[in-house]
Amino acid sequence: MNRDIILKTIGLGKYFHEPQKFKALDDISFEVSKGEFLTIVGKSGCGKSTMLYCLSTMDTDYEGELYIGNEKATGKSTDKLATLRNENIGFVFQFHYLLPEFSCLKNVMIPALKLGKYSEEEVESRAYQKLEMLGLKDQALKEASKLSGGQQQRVAIARALINDPAIIMGDEPTGNLDSKNAQIVFDIFKQLSHDFGQSIIAVTHDNDFAKASDRTIEMADGKIIDHHKIFEL
Amino acid sequence: MKLSVNYEIASTHILTRKKQTLVAAMGVTIGIALYIFSNSIVSGFGVYSKSNMFKSAPHLRIYNKDKVSQPLFTSGNNVVVIRNPKITTLTNNIVNPFTLLKDVKTEVYITFAAPQVNVDMFYINGKSQLKGVGNGVNILEADAMFNIQSTMLAGNLETLTSDLNAIVIGSGVAEKLNVGIDDNLTVSSAQGVRKIMRIVGIFSTSNKGVDESKSYIHISTAQQLAQQSSDYVTDIYASVSNPDEAEIYATQLQEITTYDVEDWKAANADQLAQDNMLGTMTPLISFSIMLVAAFGIYNILNMTITQKMNDIAILKANGFKGKDIIRIFVSEAFIMGFIGTLLGLTIGFILVSIMQTVYIGPPIGYFPIFHDPNVYATGAVFGLVVSLGAGYFPARKASRIDPIEIFRK
Repeated sequence: MNRDIILKTIGLGKYFHEPQKFKALDDISFEVSKGEFLTIVGKSGCGKSTMLYCLSTMDTDYEGELYIGNEKATGKSTDKLATLRNENIGFVFQFHYLLPEFSCLKNVMIPALKLGKYSEEEVESRAYQKLEMLGLKDQALKEASKLSGGQQQRVAIARALINDPAIIMGDEPTGNLDSKNAQIVFDIFKQLSHDFGQSIIAVTHDNDFAKASDRTIEMADGKIIDHHKIFEL
Repeated sequence: MKLSVNYEIASTHILTRKKQTLVAAMGVTIGIALYIFSNSIVSGFGVYSKSNMFKSAPHLRIYNKDKVSQPLFTSGNNVVVIRNPKITTLTNNIVNPFTLLKDVKTEVYITFAAPQVNVDMFYINGKSQLKGVGNGVNILEADAMFNIQSTMLAGNLETLTSDLNAIVIGSGVAEKLNVGIDDNLTVSSAQGVRKIMRIVGIFSTSNKGVDESKSYIHISTAQQLAQQSSDYVTDIYASVSNPDEAEIYATQLQEITTYDVEDWKAANADQLAQDNMLGTMTPLISFSIMLVAAFGIYNILNMTITQKMNDIAILKANGFKGKDIIRIFVSEAFIMGFIGTLLGLTIGFILVSIMQTVYIGPPIGYFPIFHDPNVYATGAVFGLVVSLGAGYFPARKASRIDPIEIFRK
C-alpha cells in the first residue's frame, strides 16, 4: 500500500465494567488512508460508536494502540489529546450540537480561535468560505438555534472543517436528517475526501450511505467481521 | 487582540443570561454594601471612641504609684515576710519633675510633654458639696494635648492662663451645684485649703463620670491647694508620634524613670475591649453575608453548567482542555463578582455618605462614620476572591465532564 496512512489501530480492545464486565471491542486492527471515505456499520450495540469514541481520542480507556497521522495517541495526556483533536480531527454528530447562543459564524470559528493559528480576521474569512461551500453564507450571522435541522448539521460540518483536519469523524451524521439533507451531507463528504484529501470515518445505520462510501467496515459483537473494499486506486 | 476564545465564550454566556447574572451579582452587591457599611461604622466608632479617650487620657502618663512596703533584707534560704504590710508612699508627687520632664522631651518618639498637678478637692456651693479632682495645668499645653476647646460648652479657656482664681468645670459639676459662668465656686482641698474661684468655662465630654468631677485650674493654684511648692508635680503627660504603638513607647520610657509609665490603652482597657469585640463581630457577620452571596454565584453557575453539558462536551470534542473549561466558568463567576462588587462599593459609598449627614447631637455631633479607603479596598478584594472561589468548584466539575457520556445518550 503506497498511500499515506492517516489512522491506524493495533489490537484495540475495550471493556465495559457496568453493569457487568463485558468486552465491547475485541482486537480491532485496521488502517485508514488519506482521502478515504470509510463507513462503519453494524447492528445496535455491536460496538461501532464505542470504537469511534476510542478513535476520536476522547475515550482513553482501551487496550491496544492508536496512531493518528504518525503520532501515537495512546498514552498521551488528556490535554495533549485535546490539542491533537483540535488540529487533526473534526466531529459531526447525529444531534448537531451547536452552541445555541452563538451565531453560526461564531460556532464555526470557535475551534479555529482555540487553535490560534490564524488571526481572528483570517479565521472569520475562512469560516465564511466554509459556510459558503456548504451553501449557508446567507445564514452566517443568524443564531444557531434559529436554523433548521439540516442547516444546523451543515453548520456543524463547516465547524468540523474549519481547521482543515486530516480526519473527519461522524457519528450517525445523517441519522437525524431527511433523505434530501442526508444526500447533501453525503455529497459534501464525498467531495471532501476525493477533492480535498480528507479522510472520513462515519458510523452509520444508513445502508445507502454506507454503500456509496469507499469502504465499509462491518462490525458485530465488538469485532470486525468484514471489510467491503470498494475504493481502489 | 489576543483575548482568548475562552473569555469570548464566557462573556457570551453572561450576555445571553443577563437576568441570572444580575441575580448572582445582586447577592454580592448586598454583601459588599453591608460589608462597607458595617465596617465603616466600626472604624468610625473606633476613631470616635479613641478621640474621646484622648480627650481625658494622655498617650502616656508618668506618675508615682502607691507602693506596698517590702522587706529590706533577705535571709539565706528563709523567706522574709512583712505581716500586714502598709502603703509606704508618703507623697504621690514626682521628685525633681523638671529634670525628668526634660529627659522625657529628649526622647525622639515624644512629640509633647507637660507636667500636671492633680489635687483631690470638694466643690462647695452653699450647703451642697461635690467631690472631684482639680487638674492643675498650663491650659494651653493641656488644650494642645486633649483638645479641651472642642468640648467647651461655654466660657473661655484662655482666662486660665493668667487668672489664678479661674476654674473651668465639667457640665455635671455645674448642673449638680447649680452654678454657671461667672458664678463663684468655693473649692476645698484634702489638705484643708479653701479658695473661692470664679467659673470661667464649662466643658462636656461624653463621659458622665468625668463631667461630674473634673475641673481645670492653673497649675500654681493646684500647688497652693495641695500646700506644696512650685516643684510639686503629680503627673507628667506625654504625647507620642504614633498613639497606636503607645505600649511600646511606654516600655521604652520606663527605662529612663523609676516612676510608673502607663499608656492610654492600659488606662482604657475596658473601653478598648468593647471596641475590639465590635471589631471582631462585624467582619464575622459580613463574612457570613458574603458566604450567602457566594452560594448565589455557586448555584447559578451550577445550574448553567447542568444546562450546558452538551456545549461543554462539544467544546471538549473540539479540542478545549479541562483548564479551558475551568477558565470559561471561573471568568463568568469573576464577571458576576466584578459587577456585584462594583455595585456593592457604590451602594456602600452612598450609604456611608448618607449616614455622614445624620446629626446625632452633642457631644457626638454628626454620626461618627467616614470613608475608610482600607474598608473599600478589603471589600473589593473580598468580593472578587469570594466570587472566584464560588466559581471554581462548579467550573472544576464542568471540566471533569466526560464528553463520551454525553454523546452516548
